[in-house]
Amino acid sequence: MIVSHEWLKQFVPHTLSADAVGELLSRHCVTLDGIERLGVALEPFVVAQVVEAGRHPNSERLWVTKVDDGSGTLLDVVCGAPNVVVGNKYPFARTGTTMPGGVKIEKRKIRGETSNGMLCSPVELGLGQESDGIMTLHTEAVPGTPILDVLPIADSQLILDVLPNRPDLLSHRGVAREVAAIAGVPRTPMPVSDLGDVTLDVPTVSGTTTASIDGITVRVDDSTSCPVYMAIVIRGVTVGPSPAWLVKRLDSIGQRTISNVVDATNYVLHGFGQPVHAFDLAKLHASSIVVRPTVAGESVVTLDGVTRNLAVGTTVICDGAQPIALAGVMGGKDTEVTDTTTDVVLEVALFEPRFVRRVRQSAGLSTDASYRFERGVDPAAIKEIALVGAALIAQVAGGTVGPMLAVGTPFVAAPPVALRLTRLARVLGVAVSEPVAVKRLESLGCAVTVDGDVLSVHTPSWRNDLLLEVDLIEEVARLGGFDTLPDDVRPFRPGNVPDHPLYLSGRRVRDALVGLGLSETRPMPFTSLGDANTPRVRNPLAEDEPFLRASLLDTLARRAEYNLSRMQGNIRLFEVGNAFGSSIGSNSDTSSPRLPREEVRVGALIMGARRPPHFTEPQPPAFDVWDAKAIAEQMVRAAFPGETLTFVPAEHPTVWTLSISNRGSVGRVERLQLDRPVWATDAFGVELALGVITSVDVAPPGQHAHAEDAKTNVSSPMPAAIRAKSLPTTPSADFDLALLVPNHIHAATVEATLRVAAGELLEQLVLFDEFRGAGIPDGNRSLAWRLTFRHPERTLRDKEIEGRRAKLLATLDKELGIRTRAT
Amino acid sequence: MQLSEYLAQAESLAQAARALLEGLDPSTRVDVAKGALNTLKDDQLSALQGALRSLPADDRRAAGGAFNTLKNDIQNALDAFTARQAVGVGDPLFDPTMPARRTWQGSLHPVTIVIDEICDIFRELGFTIALGPEAETEFYNFGALNFPPDHPAMELHDTLYLGNDTVLRTHTSPVQVRTLQNIAPPVRVLAPGQVYRRDFFDATHAPAFMQLEGLAVDEGISFVDLKATLSEFARRFYGKSRRVRFGPSYFPFVEPGAQMDVEVDLNDGKGLRWVEILGCGMVHPHVLQAAGLDSERYTGWAFGMGPARIAMSRFDIHDIRLLYDSDVRFLEQFAR
Repeated sequence: MIVSHEWLKQFVPHTLSADAVGELLSRHCVTLDGIERLGVALEPFVVAQVVEAGRHPNSERLWVTKVDDGSGTLLDVVCGAPNVVVGNKYPFARTGTTMPGGVKIEKRKIRGETSNGMLCSPVELGLGQESDGIMTLHTEAVPGTPILDVLPIADSQLILDVLPNRPDLLSHRGVAREVAAIAGVPRTPMPVSDLGDVTLDVPTVSGTTTASIDGITVRVDDSTSCPVYMAIVIRGVTVGPSPAWLVKRLDSIGQRTISNVVDATNYVLHGFGQPVHAFDLAKLHASSIVVRPTVAGESVVTLDGVTRNLAVGTTVICDGAQPIALAGVMGGKDTEVTDTTTDVVLEVALFEPRFVRRVRQSAGLSTDASYRFERGVDPAAIKEIALVGAALIAQVAGGTVGPMLAVGTPFVAAPPVALRLTRLARVLGVAVSEPVAVKRLESLGCAVTVDGDVLSVHTPSWRNDLLLEVDLIEEVARLGGFDTLPDDVRPFRPGNVPDHPLYLSGRRVRDALVGLGLSETRPMPFTSLGDANTPRVRNPLAEDEPFLRASLLDTLARRAEYNLSRMQGNIRLFEVGNAFGSSIGSNSDTSSPRLPREEVRVGALIMGARRPPHFTEPQPPAFDVWDAKAIAEQMVRAAFPGETLTFVPAEHPTVWTLSISNRGSVGRVERLQLDRPVWATDAFGVELALGVITSVDVAPPGQHAHAEDAKTNVSSPMPAAIRAKSLPTTPSADFDLALLVPNHIHAATVEATLRVAAGELLEQLVLFDEFRGAGIPDGNRSLAWRLTFRHPERTLRDKEIEGRRAKLLATLDKELGIRTRAT
Repeated sequence: MQLSEYLAQAESLAQAARALLEGLDPSTRVDVAKGALNTLKDDQLSALQGALRSLPADDRRAAGGAFNTLKNDIQNALDAFTARQAVGVGDPLFDPTMPARRTWQGSLHPVTIVIDEICDIFRELGFTIALGPEAETEFYNFGALNFPPDHPAMELHDTLYLGNDTVLRTHTSPVQVRTLQNIAPPVRVLAPGQVYRRDFFDATHAPAFMQLEGLAVDEGISFVDLKATLSEFARRFYGKSRRVRFGPSYFPFVEPGAQMDVEVDLNDGKGLRWVEILGCGMVHPHVLQAAGLDSERYTGWAFGMGPARIAMSRFDIHDIRLLYDSDVRFLEQFAR
């Protein structure tokens, strides 16, 4: 909403600066997005007087003048205007001045005569569309005075972010009401000074569904969508340009002038917040206006020349023959006021918000009118606005006003809202005295009666947001100013809600992965991968990415490709985010909507060098699958402390699935298939599900699911306990086994056999080497383990170690057919 | 004493100091070398300083200059000795200036850094962390939060729909209702989470972004508690001297509705200015009722904020896409 500071003064005569008004509003009423100064471009222009003027020796159209610009030196100025008069004053651009159009005025020769500046026309100053020459200033101001001090063009636009709860602020009158209430100044009663006297006494006919006079008929077939429809006739108008004051008013809020009649309707909309529309009476079939529900196949050509098809179930304005306007949105081309119009019918009606919303949506056309109707206009002001609008048209376009046709039911004020002063104090945290609360509410236009602790408040008709006690509490609080309330920290009870376990495990995993050198990312979760069962967005931003991802690795792979295309090959990314699965079936209540299954997961992707290059290792090896395996281990350790992880070999491209004792399969390690350049190394992904976010309804609307013993345990479960072992007091003994292992036998199988055969004194078993090549038969590899033994109470003898070695070799040969590597 | 004599003494002391340091074994510790040097200096240097006064006034300027040169010479000799130590004269193959063997440095996302900081502050103020689903029902996302059906307030949120009555949540506020239905007051929770809007991806908008919701509900909770807690948060997050103010605003699920502005410097050369940090207000009775609570007995306050915007101003990020594109050159700047 753009508010003109000068226009505002017509409704609330005040001496506050635009900045001061903006500050008051932003502290007490509405967010101020900014203040735009108008006329700033004219700041450098001054009043100058022509003291001599003579014909230019080399031109018949030009004048050579001497100009007094207040500087003390008379300036030679060449001028091409036919209306230069010695002794008159004109706006003057000194050399160095930049014109509103961007041209800089320089000292220069015009056909041999020097010109030190320019006498300006209204067009050159951006003050008019056309002109007959330079702009004569009728002023006593001395030369050198800035023209902004002389011309009434300085103004400021207050740009307000009016939210849907305050449609009453969508007009100058509405904003003026707030300024008056906050600043404690009185408002101007109607009429406002721009209009002069609009006290009218016009013949009126009324009816609940139809009214008729002088052969003109208004009929409302759909009082639900249109509770009130008033039409007022103005005969004998002359359509033409608007007077300057009206052009200036509209210009001050960025509205273009169209014609006097149309400008008058726009003035009413922005001045009073009520959309009105003027029809050309001669173009209405049967001089009739009918408001009725739409039927199938109807359309209207709107003022902008576009054919709008009308959806069934919306509302349309018709004349005696056909649709002529989109109710509450825009008038029609066929009945438009044009230069030849002499009699107009001014429509001032009340359209119900939800119907206008439907019309606007089905027509795909949002206007200043629909914006206000959808939010709600003042239902009690229709007649007043009709008279103001008609008087204004008569003032700017001539003609006589009357008669008026009024159809519908009179406005009925809502019942009063009760405000308990004790409740006010409880919600705000401080008491507000009865006189203060009453005064604040009355300043807004409320009528208040006091009954003990309770204020009975009749809210004004233009405030459709004041329905509940708490709405009035807000009014009392904001008028006083939130900043005036205390902000001392008061005692509070600790909350009953435990930390969500997925927040805690997510944070642990993040920290672990950062420690491993990975960077967290937060990519967009939409994907092109999906099928009929994949959750998808119905109205996606990008048609090719409508699906919600089922895996974080898919997203990370695309992000890796993004980096590769920017020549970045060392990529270590991770993300903690949600993955979606197909619907989890019906909620506890079968009528409840189906939501996709949602899981919090962590995904990691590694590719490129395993370490940064160092002078001791200029080309570090690239990440391989064993690095990915280590990341999986670290993830699980951080996410599920104390639980045992098993790597289950899986089908390519998955290397392993990750399995946890009491949770089953929770993730996987994968060789990622990327679209990658030749220089890029292999990419590996690890994904782990931390847990499911429940999305079933907690309880039906209006109910809760609190346990009877309301207290919950707010502490989170401790990670599985670690039990410390005492340090050994006896020496250990170890030996290595280099075994020739056929390719089809897994190392884990060999290890399991070794562990059983080695007995309980085995302390540690480390696979420290794998070798293929010279000396190793095809289909085999050499694997070397170091075995460490320790007896808790005594030193092991060499013979005991030798015996174990022999036994191990015998067992391996017997059970697996494995022997030591030939020595 | 004559000037010529003074100058000669100064020069000889400088030579003696150089000779002393050069004569030391290269493995001598620097502090030991300093000790030896001090023994030499203590007597002679102070004697020379004292002798300045006994010189004729005309000579004092020249002598003073020589004295300062002497002091510099001694310091330079000591610096040279220390430098020889540093390059390890003992092991001629060891260059201690060569770089460390580093590991990759991991990093948290800038938005996460901000969220963690905010969560940590509110945890100190008695809040715990709640989470909720990103795919929501219209009831939890709108209806329970007092969004009137068929009302322009719905258009404040450009919604991504999954089905007829299921959406990607447009704010974290549904967690308010889920929490209140689940657990009886007192409730003090913070709900960080991803939310979705039908905004095209450009320099200032992303269709999915993080939001952070706060909720406190109990008997006797008031607007003063809201102001106190959020002002305390602002002081801890932005610094004690930052000014805070509360102005009117509108969200269907709070009444009174407010916004908190903080006076901050956005590093754009324009100095301090008021910036809206969060929206807040007293929980609307309709929200408490939708969660099955007695709105006469319980009151509460709530707030919501956008950590991505805060991260952008805190870290001087001018294009929001940098936060989501995952360019490693961007992310690695946040390594700790």
